Amino acid sequence: MTQMTFARAINSGLRKSLENDPKVILMGEDIGTLGGVFRVTDGLQKDFGKHRVVDTPLAESGILGTAVGLAYRGYRPVVEIQFDGFIYPAFDQIVSQVAKMHYRTQGAVKMPITIRVPFGGGIGSPEHHSESPEAYFTHTSGLRVISVSNPQDAHTMIQQAIASDDPVLYFEPKRRYHDKGEVDETLDLSAALSMEKARVVTEGTDVTLVAYGPLVKTARDAALAAADEGVSIEVIDLRSLAPLDFATLEASVRKTGRLVITHEASQTGGLGAEVAAGITERCFYHLEAAPVRVTGFDVPYPYSKLEMHHLPGLDRILDGVDRALGRPNSLSGLEG
Amino acid sequence: MFTDDAGKGGIAAGGPGNSAESNRRTGGDLVQLITPGGERVSNPEFDSWVQDVSDEQLASLYEDMVAIRRIDAEATALQRQGELALWPPLLGQEASQIGSARALRDDDFVFPSYRDNGVAYVRGVQPADIVKAWRGNALAGWDPYTVNVATQQIIIGAQSLHATGYAMGIQNDGADSVAVAYFGDGATSEGDVNEAMVFAASFQAPVVFICQNNHWAISEPVMLQSHIQIADRASGFGIPSMRVDGNDVLAVMAATRIAVDRARRGGGPTFIEAVTYRMGPHTTADDPTRYRDANELEDWAAKDPIERLRTLLERKGLLTGELEAAVAAHADAVAKELRAGTINMAEPQPLDIFKHVYSTPNSTLDRQQDHYTRYLASFGDPAEAASEEGAR
Ligand SMILES: Cc1ncc(C[n+]2csc(CCOP(=O)(O)OP(=O)(O)O)c2C)c(N)n1
Repeated sequence: MTQMTFARAINSGLRKSLENDPKVILMGEDIGTLGGVFRVTDGLQKDFGKHRVVDTPLAESGILGTAVGLAYRGYRPVVEIQFDGFIYPAFDQIVSQVAKMHYRTQGAVKMPITIRVPFGGGIGSPEHHSESPEAYFTHTSGLRVISVSNPQDAHTMIQQAIASDDPVLYFEPKRRYHDKGEVDETLDLSAALSMEKARVVTEGTDVTLVAYGPLVKTARDAALAAADEGVSIEVIDLRSLAPLDFATLEASVRKTGRLVITHEASQTGGLGAEVAAGITERCFYHLEAAPVRVTGFDVPYPYSKLEMHHLPGLDRILDGVDRALGRPNSLSGLEG
Repeated sequence: MFTDDAGKGGIAAGGPGNSAESNRRTGGDLVQLITPGGERVSNPEFDSWVQDVSDEQLASLYEDMVAIRRIDAEATALQRQGELALWPPLLGQEASQIGSARALRDDDFVFPSYRDNGVAYVRGVQPADIVKAWRGNALAGWDPYTVNVATQQIIIGAQSLHATGYAMGIQNDGADSVAVAYFGDGATSEGDVNEAMVFAASFQAPVVFICQNNHWAISEPVMLQSHIQIADRASGFGIPSMRVDGNDVLAVMAATRIAVDRARRGGGPTFIEAVTYRMGPHTTADDPTRYRDANELEDWAAKDPIERLRTLLERKGLLTGELEAAVAAHADAVAKELRAGTINMAEPQPLDIFKHVYSTPNSTLDRQQDHYTRYLASFGDPAEAASEEGAR
């Protein structure tokens, strides 16, 4: 076990994948000499060479489109999109090509492409640097979408993503890059929790609180605060956003009878809606209250002076928990 | 396909030593009217376009360049003092921005990138409005229609299409104004810039593309974006181009006037590559020592655009103590205005977050706003609630 930051943990996972498989190739803007704008690829070009850690021209469609060609040729490209808001020029290649190639060719052509996306807000950035675009991709069949919430997962799941024969969107919570945690670098991939599985972060009996990526820490803090008030929250880190691990969610909600889902992304059409609907279908008779969503608003990501209003914080999550529990809350007395 | 050696044709091509790079470095076709030593040299094709520039105008170009360098320094200081979240300096690109912007008419419309703050300044954007978005108080610091400048674009190259579309509108309207897109060398790799050139050429739209080749796209050298001189790309789209010394305010002005004149007369788009250098970091969050050589910076410091014009003014006997004092006083005033405007900027209110998402009411959002209002009210003091809310 070693203490390391989130960013370092991903770096170490990338390094292992580069070492283990000569077909792994990293591509992106500024990932070489600079080591990426967040230094996640720091030192990798120096150690593996310019043909394995490639600084690309400034063209996201170009990066993903050439990754498709490299995958056709048997490579396993790991692409860095510099910031969430810059993935859209590559959107067409991702949803029309990367996602569909396996299906189109009836399995003949594999697209083992990993797309790393630093995402989410809370770092006071300018426009296009704080978005949560994950739902666009969970809506597209053929893609796997995961989001990591702690250094150990970051380390193992990047390797699992790269090893997967399916294309994987790997969402990195940028505001947690500098958070430290224990990482076992010797952990075998087969021994690690599968990247399709959700994880119970803290056990509880009163409410199930579902989060992923940057908000897992906030959700855990909320559970600690609630415990002081005698409310027992079970926090679940989704880890995989597509497919969703409903088995783990179901088991929890059957126990607690109440569900709160939180994410930074806007509410409409977001992951919260999918989790709520999926759980309602599966556990309708176990639910004591309607599922509650605590999310970003249906607004473009705001300028940084207002982002603290957009992002679900501990108090807003606890208010949602109160709603699920039927305790006094900000919406008490309102219907619907 | 892959070789270990950069520049031998693998995807890592573009490293030091390839011939395309040395072509670029020699730059024999670079239009120059003022030498780095501050000497006015003649160019039969371009001279006539700046013949009318009087001594006073030359001095006022100098004043503008000094002022925007001062804005840059002040904004950088404000960032260091925590008043701005981030700042993208344009240090070194003053001639490219002032020379080109001063060649435009008020009814021309400019589509800039995040770095073209000198252009915004020339168009009349107030200093504090320039930094408003960088302070995090707005997504856009000004109303585009009041100054005919679109807001600072962050998505690389997107504005080149907007400029082209605007130009198509001008064309339809039978007007003789011009749309201008500013972008960097890195941007020329993006699909948008290439698609903009396709549209501009196909419709012969009155648009001018101004690429400030400042040699770097964050850490990536221009060689990684283009294996030929950037100006030469345009000809493949059927767009005439010019490659000018971007640190020479007169050369940039002449080239822009030529391009704008062509567009006004129905001659279609023009591409200008202004060869310059970003002397500062990419933004205040960047550390250029990780990727670029100190010698390179020194070489370019010797070609400083402001120093060059200053020497020319000196040679012409125009650099009086009076002028120096006036220019310094003006820069001081602008910096003061920037600082005061920044520090006294009105803070946004929590519910502002819901404003202007739609131009007509939206029931989903109205409900969210209602719920959030109740949420804030549940704390008694909304301001206190907000400070506890959010990113933790
Ligand atoms: C679509 C998109 N991709 C990536 C970025 C991140 N980014 C911001 S500035 C920049 C470099 C731009 O270089 P260039 O076009 O040469 O302009 P310069 O910054 O040198 O003025 C990059 C990669 C972005 N803003 N937009």
